[in-house]
Amino acid sequence: MFYREAGDFKTSYTDDSQTFPIRFDRYRYYAVLVAAFAVVPVVIDDYWVNAVFLPFLIYAIAAIGLNILVGYCGQVSLGTGGFMAVGAYAVYKLMTAFPEVSIFFHVILAGGITAAVCVLFGLPSLRIKGFYLAVATLAAQFFLVWLFNRVPWFYNYSASGQISAPERTIAGVPVTGAETAPWAAYLFCLVFVTASALIARNLTRGMAGRKWMAIRDMDIAAEIIGVNPLKAKLSAFAVSGFFVGISGALFFAVYLGAVEVGEAFGINKSFLVLFMVIIGGLGSIFGSFAGAAFLVLLPVLLKNVLVGTLGWPTDLAAHLELIIVGSLIIVFLVAEPHGLAQLWRVAKEKLRLWPFPY
Amino acid sequence: MKQRLMATALAAAMAAGPALADLTVVDTSYRTGPYAANGIPFSDGYQDYFTLLNERDGGIGGEKINLVECETGYNTEKGVECYEATKGEGGGALVYQPLSTGITYQLIPKATADGIPLHTMGYGRTSAKNGSVFKWVFNYPANYWDGASLAVTHILNQEGGDISGKKIALVYHNSAYGKEPIRTLEELAKKHGFELTLLPVDHPGQEQKSQWLQIRRERPDYVLMWGWGVMNQVAIQEAVNIRFPMDKFIGIWWSGSENDVKAAGAKADGYKALTFHNLGSDYPVYDDIQKYVVDAGKAAGAGDQIGTVLYNRGMYAAVLAAEAIKTAQEMSGVSAINSEQMRDGMENLEMTDAKMAALGLPNFGPEFTVSCENHGGNGYGAVSQWNAEAGEFELITDYYQSDQEIISKLVVEDSKQFAEENGIEPRC
Repeated sequence: MFYREAGDFKTSYTDDSQTFPIRFDRYRYYAVLVAAFAVVPVVIDDYWVNAVFLPFLIYAIAAIGLNILVGYCGQVSLGTGGFMAVGAYAVYKLMTAFPEVSIFFHVILAGGITAAVCVLFGLPSLRIKGFYLAVATLAAQFFLVWLFNRVPWFYNYSASGQISAPERTIAGVPVTGAETAPWAAYLFCLVFVTASALIARNLTRGMAGRKWMAIRDMDIAAEIIGVNPLKAKLSAFAVSGFFVGISGALFFAVYLGAVEVGEAFGINKSFLVLFMVIIGGLGSIFGSFAGAAFLVLLPVLLKNVLVGTLGWPTDLAAHLELIIVGSLIIVFLVAEPHGLAQLWRVAKEKLRLWPFPY
Repeated sequence: MKQRLMATALAAAMAAGPALADLTVVDTSYRTGPYAANGIPFSDGYQDYFTLLNERDGGIGGEKINLVECETGYNTEKGVECYEATKGEGGGALVYQPLSTGITYQLIPKATADGIPLHTMGYGRTSAKNGSVFKWVFNYPANYWDGASLAVTHILNQEGGDISGKKIALVYHNSAYGKEPIRTLEELAKKHGFELTLLPVDHPGQEQKSQWLQIRRERPDYVLMWGWGVMNQVAIQEAVNIRFPMDKFIGIWWSGSENDVKAAGAKADGYKALTFHNLGSDYPVYDDIQKYVVDAGKAAGAGDQIGTVLYNRGMYAAVLAAEAIKTAQEMSGVSAINSEQMRDGMENLEMTDAKMAALGLPNFGPEFTVSCENHGGNGYGAVSQWNAEAGEFELITDYYQSDQEIISKLVVEDSKQFAEENGIEPRC
């Protein structure tokens, strides 16, 4: 019914190996892109951008980054918050040191700097695995937060230790600072999200991704068939760090505009992004989006329903929110341990056969 | 798929907003999380006073007040969400009282762009005192740098005017909030010749063993504290544990509520904290609150915080907001004012003893006048001391002024830097 695959023939290898081999999926993907780029910017306002879209898009990039490391390469990391902080402080230093360069390049450069830092903290992964690696990356988390709190150079010696994003424009349109129009901030982040997802998708189904997955599934076997663990693991750390750095940079410059490292990039952030990856589905780009949506949008939705519509006291709503989100996480993971992405995969298989399942 | 479903549901939830009202005041409170113990009484006081005005006087100038509460959990991301969700409510919010320095820093550029005044009473960005740069931000009647100076003056008075060579430690919340007083304290250390030790405590502040071990080892003569939420209780307990003399332990006004000291029991007796308003519930306005709010079952929260230090402070914040609304109504001649008129009202606010007495709060807060140059009041404060037996804070000094010579210099310096960074032309 939905998936009419009859007559959808593939006549070349390129056709056969495209991201969305089913025609219906492909059209849906184009429709989402058109809606996201052409429709949403026209209709959104401040609230939708700052409370819904920006956090969703930015966390989606972070989740994609972490998914490459944890989901594809199997290296557990609890340092995401710290690496996002690297991206944020890198973009801050670049923005203030080279105001004439476009913010677009600063964000990419911040990603590059984070990649380098991430590789450095990824070195222990060559010797340790699993929980031990998690502890090593946890050290990165605490060290980086401490560093940005401790060394005044990183926050340009401001009295409060806060960093705040000055106004920067692209083609005359401000994308950071208070005067930013909602659509500009949204489109700026959307470009990065789309690019990140495309790059990540194509990396993970190419040679690099296959190496990562080989390492994830069994590193000794991978080594025997010729995968260099040093290159594979460190490249995963680098790519992951790049995306996480970009998300940190956008998180600071476009979304919040002013951050203090301990509060914005604490250990909670690391856990939040890790939960997104686990709930969304390890080793799935769609899962990163689904996980980010689940953990960003659900609390906002619950708050609006409980306080806005039902008029309950705010503290009761805040506590209920924690209970509901927490129990939904458990329910989802019990029902489908491979996350929302797997739920979607199963649903799709059913839909392809529907209404004649045999 | 899922996202779209959620978006539709969210849109439905947004469409069913509350009814329009004329004077919208937003209370960005936090009743959950590690800072709830301090957030609840403040928010209760803030709300109860507006409820009182609605019930007793029918609002302000005939306009009812629509109080919108939004839970931030002292978290900047949620603070932004709250701000965006509430700023357009009921024809536009009149004033924000974020009660968080982190959220304040976030909102200063946003609120300035949107034209909504911020009142950061005794917290936030200190240099916002310079109203010619910070047009939309007010921090009267006192700020952190006043607090730092008041504490040092109190130490000076105790030591007979000479504290050169003394050691003073600052235990502070490692955030924008806790770092604010450092610059002033460094200047004061130069001026008075004392030695300053900085001991940061990370959010949320339950873990302070190493800081207090260091205090135990170095034996500073005085300890100052810039703490908030659970950090206060832990610090006071730790000070009791190492038997630090409590009368030499001085907290900023945010570290001096009943909730902070009660956990440590009788040994917390003698702990000192600054304040910029009076304490206790021995004021005529409390009779009205009892009659119109509590007895009518309209008290905010559990209604068990009335008369506590932070309840008083929240109520004082509401009093100042209400007086600014009155001033704005008089100036503009309309009763349903907008946020711009509210800002003008705040900038021309004049608090006199006669006014406070008429409100049922005689001698409750200092006299001050807000002007374009001075958005921060005159920096008067007093020291209060915890009496564990009576279970209340008592004022032990008169109100005195902070070292304006040092502070005004720092304010000009810091606000000038901000103006340069952001291309702001000073107004006056």
